[in-house]
Amino acid sequence: MPEQQPYEPERAIAGTGMGGQMDLGASEAVTLEKTPGGPEGTGPQDKPRSLWSDAWHDLRRNPVFIISALVILFLIVISIWPSLIASGSPLKCDLAKAQEGSQSGHPFGFNGQGCDVYTRTVYGARTSVAVGVLATLGVAVLGSVLGGLAGFFGGAGDAVLSRITDVFFAIPVVLGGLVLLSVITSNTVWPVIGFIVLLGWPQISRIARGSVITAKQNDYVQAARALGASNSRLLLRHIAPNAIAPVIVVATIALGTYISLEATLSFLGVGLKPPSVSWGIDISAAAPYVRNAPHALLWPSGALAITVLAFIMLGDAVRDALDPKLR
Amino acid sequence: MGRYVVRRLLQMIPVFIGATLLIFLMVNVMGDPIAGLCGDRECDPATAAQLRHEFGLDQPVWQQYLTYMGNVFTGDFGTAFNGQPVTELMGTAFPVTIRLTIIAILFEIVVGIVLGVVTGLRRGRPVDTGVLLLTLVVISVPTFVTGLLLQLLLGVKWGWIDPAVSSEAPFRELIVPGLVLASVSLAYVTRLTRTSIAENRRSDYVRTAIAKGLPRHRVITRHLLRNSLIPVVTFIGTDIGALMGGAIVTERIFNIHGVGYQLYQGILRQNTQTVVGFVTVLVLVFLVANLVVDLLYAVLDPRIRYA
Amino acid sequence: MRGARHARWAACAAAAALAATACGGGGGSGGDTSAVLSSSWGDPQNPLEPANTNEVQGGKVLDMIFRGLKKYDPETGEAQNMLAEKIETSDSQNFTITVKDGWTFSNGEKVTAQSFVDAWNYGASLKNNQRNAYFFAYIDGYDKTHPESGGQSADTLSGLKVTGPRTFTVKLSQKFSTFPDTLGYPAFAPLPRAFFDDHDAWVQKPVGNGPYMVDNYARGSQMSLRTWEEYPGPDKAQNGGVDLKVYTDNNTAYTDLMAGNLDLVDDVPAAQLKNVKNDLGDRYINTPAGIIQTLAFPFYDNDWSKPGSEKVRKGLSMAIDRKQITDTIFQQTRTPATDWTSPVLGEDGGYQAGLCGEACEYKPDEAKKLISEGGGLPGGQVKITYNADTGSHGQWVDAVCNSINNALDNDRACAGNPVGTFADFRNQITDRKMSGPFRAGWQMDYPLIQNFLQPLYYTNASSNDGKWSSQKFDDLVDKANAETDTPKAVGLFQQAEEVLRDEMGAIPLWYQNGSAGYSDRLSNVQLNPFSVPVYNEIKVG
Repeated sequence: MPEQQPYEPERAIAGTGMGGQMDLGASEAVTLEKTPGGPEGTGPQDKPRSLWSDAWHDLRRNPVFIISALVILFLIVISIWPSLIASGSPLKCDLAKAQEGSQSGHPFGFNGQGCDVYTRTVYGARTSVAVGVLATLGVAVLGSVLGGLAGFFGGAGDAVLSRITDVFFAIPVVLGGLVLLSVITSNTVWPVIGFIVLLGWPQISRIARGSVITAKQNDYVQAARALGASNSRLLLRHIAPNAIAPVIVVATIALGTYISLEATLSFLGVGLKPPSVSWGIDISAAAPYVRNAPHALLWPSGALAITVLAFIMLGDAVRDALDPKLR
Repeated sequence: MGRYVVRRLLQMIPVFIGATLLIFLMVNVMGDPIAGLCGDRECDPATAAQLRHEFGLDQPVWQQYLTYMGNVFTGDFGTAFNGQPVTELMGTAFPVTIRLTIIAILFEIVVGIVLGVVTGLRRGRPVDTGVLLLTLVVISVPTFVTGLLLQLLLGVKWGWIDPAVSSEAPFRELIVPGLVLASVSLAYVTRLTRTSIAENRRSDYVRTAIAKGLPRHRVITRHLLRNSLIPVVTFIGTDIGALMGGAIVTERIFNIHGVGYQLYQGILRQNTQTVVGFVTVLVLVFLVANLVVDLLYAVLDPRIRYA
Repeated sequence: MRGARHARWAACAAAAALAATACGGGGGSGGDTSAVLSSSWGDPQNPLEPANTNEVQGGKVLDMIFRGLKKYDPETGEAQNMLAEKIETSDSQNFTITVKDGWTFSNGEKVTAQSFVDAWNYGASLKNNQRNAYFFAYIDGYDKTHPESGGQSADTLSGLKVTGPRTFTVKLSQKFSTFPDTLGYPAFAPLPRAFFDDHDAWVQKPVGNGPYMVDNYARGSQMSLRTWEEYPGPDKAQNGGVDLKVYTDNNTAYTDLMAGNLDLVDDVPAAQLKNVKNDLGDRYINTPAGIIQTLAFPFYDNDWSKPGSEKVRKGLSMAIDRKQITDTIFQQTRTPATDWTSPVLGEDGGYQAGLCGEACEYKPDEAKKLISEGGGLPGGQVKITYNADTGSHGQWVDAVCNSINNALDNDRACAGNPVGTFADFRNQITDRKMSGPFRAGWQMDYPLIQNFLQPLYYTNASSNDGKWSSQKFDDLVDKANAETDTPKAVGLFQQAEEVLRDEMGAIPLWYQNGSAGYSDRLSNVQLNPFSVPVYNEIKVG
């Protein structure tokens, strides 16, 4: 899946100039990148625009962004109205049909309990997408704000925060899950999301702190500071766009692992409980039976893979659009 | 530099106390472990009271904690419910897990960074797409599925490896489990390196290095890679602790009697002594790894200085 | 070849007294009776003392290194004299036990009446923290050595008296006619002086009087047991020894068996049952064991103790399609239950197929009717609580719930409620926090109908998790225990079981089988009624 970007003239020239000498494969990349023939005339020279509107301008023309956004939109729609594309009930199971393969009216076959895999995969989207997206958002916001501030200001605050992240990192996830989630009896996704955010933010925080430390050494940051830019302006306008890339990368991958983590928690008996339906529950239930009924594992895992793919591609596109060096 | 290290070492003390206290409280919150010791039966009250007394569970939590920490400083980590000293459990579990972690980290560093560099330099090419798809499979299929499948295929169908690791757990038996353990982190490292490389490829110093006419591999390894490694090193540093304590699923599938397995057994049996003991050591490992990572920052990027 | 092997073996046997270990290893030739087999194992939860071991993994070892007064026949489960020469009583309360001559521990010490009395006193003494102390509760003086609260006022049981080198008397605090038949339980094993003199060393490497000796015990990974050549008993081991290997997971053990690295797995994971014929052919055994699974109810909760609730319980029982679940989920390693005991007891022992009647048959329409007559499900939904960390309980609980939901035509009538750890699950039971049915299982200690009823349903009994209580039931059990005539006693127990049925004090689900798979090196593999392999009978090669 080539990542195609509309390119602005200066950038393209710089690229070819560089590629000619360094032989890093950049020249081919650039020619490839140029092929979509983006409307080069409509560059951003007309009037100065903010970083965010630049980004949006890029994104609208990026097919990768459009495709992944459509997939995510579709996921959100079926999360809200699963009955649009699935007619049965995900809780209707007939043990007599256990592990049977695909048949008419049941394109994905049946799982070990004789439930329709198609219906369960469709209905599972809601919880899985909710857990993945909300937990990732929580982790990313909390982690990058705390980590970013710590990396930027340094000093005692940084030391205290870093030590707090150390303490959180030291808690084994399984122990945390068994303890924190076993005392909660609510059968909604919120305790699971809260738990993931609580144990997940230090990871992003460390990454964000590291890249802010790197970014704040850059000349343009020093220059802006010398020109009297306020701290908030420095952070938001100069450092954040340069430091956000690793956060986005880790967060989009983490989204997938959080959905899997929900599976592990369910497996341990402290995650979502029946009659909740989620990909995680179905994947962990089907895994031991992979020799007999691989289809029951394949479909929910496939749905999870497509979701993760969509978010990773989206993250990549957004990251590229936000990168001022690409401009 | 020296002062910085000393300061960091001093900072470890509150973290150590905080983490152990937190774990201690968490295991206590889980409730009375004695109920699980008598099978599908109610322990008779007299024996239960006696056992509680023996394990010190009849004292208030803060007192249990103080007693425990006092003992830890004299090297006594307590006794597991089966009468085995926790230090003995650690003595058998940690060497195995350390070997497993070394293999996993090597996979992350070698395979992860190489794939990251290759894809970072060839964004949008078939290699990049292929690696992306592979990464996706690894992320979206949970470890227990990949582990089970590899075990079945390599261990039983093709007979390349022994499906279960023996109790000595030599390096060669740990290669496949190490790969499974590293797989998700491998995906992170690959993606992180790729992004970082792609970004730094356009920076001035790389352009300068090329302009000077340096050979390609030298530009990549000495200039590009070195500057791209900060987020990757951060990640790997924090991952060491997670790998050592979090190998629960992998260790269970491949029959590895390491830290993850002991920790899981301890958690299931709510054995405070085992859990707190193991986590205490993990906290130490983790703190040291973090310190090393922070020092590496300065090595990788000379502009970062610690005073 | 065969002759040569025999000759070599004879030489070894002759020299055994001098250098037993040199032959025990078997060298490279691996003759029939010197070959060692490997078997899957789990880490025992408690130190390996006989009166302290209450789970099957530790029990496995005790079964190999100890022989008690009685031994249960591996096939019929009948209690037969082992070390007991005779056990006499005239009133079902005072017993005189004579120990056979010629038995020794593997360290050479003689097994005497004192060995038993010391062991039992140790097990009953509160200060030793023995989990199975309650086994000695029937012996006079137990209330002094193991008071319910406060310190103990005696270290020895007043009911035990050594009357000769090989004889001792036991006085019980109440009549208990089948007491001799309970003496095959490992808690009643004799102990050598070494156990008391150097306890730590003994626990590191236990010494007993069974057909095997512990050769090497690496805690948490492996125990090597070797045949004790001078074993005086009739059931000498047919192989050279057993290596018990600790596996982190039963699925891993099964995979290792398939790969040819392990000889015997006595716990085939549920997910592999469907493949077992394919993988192992006829090297798979599936035999009844003395285990029954039930659903217990919290009778301390008014919803489940109010009049009419028995109709709801009966209705739930009739909404469960036991046959389909045992066929599909368990691949016939469970048998639908029709009473509250186990087929291994046999008809004479008190098992009565069909005692439960139509209440244990799948009748969805009837079930629906009964539940609405009984006032419907409390709160409109039942949640079946189980622990998620051991066994594959989630699978059958989900299947039971789906069956109930289908019978009642309501997708949300029943749902599983997993609890993270076994300890937490037990805490919720002990603290009486259950609000609906929960998993209950019983593995018999000894093959008597008494053991399936009294500990589980007698008022305030140690495993009466649901706190079900019935005066009528208690009276019948007391009467049965006092009855010296076995068939009459069994009849009384069955009457008590009918009381349990009429109130549906617990829903019987299925009888569990023992299942095991083995490599092609082994033959004559069988499981005893406790689902433990009969190691000493296994032939290698």
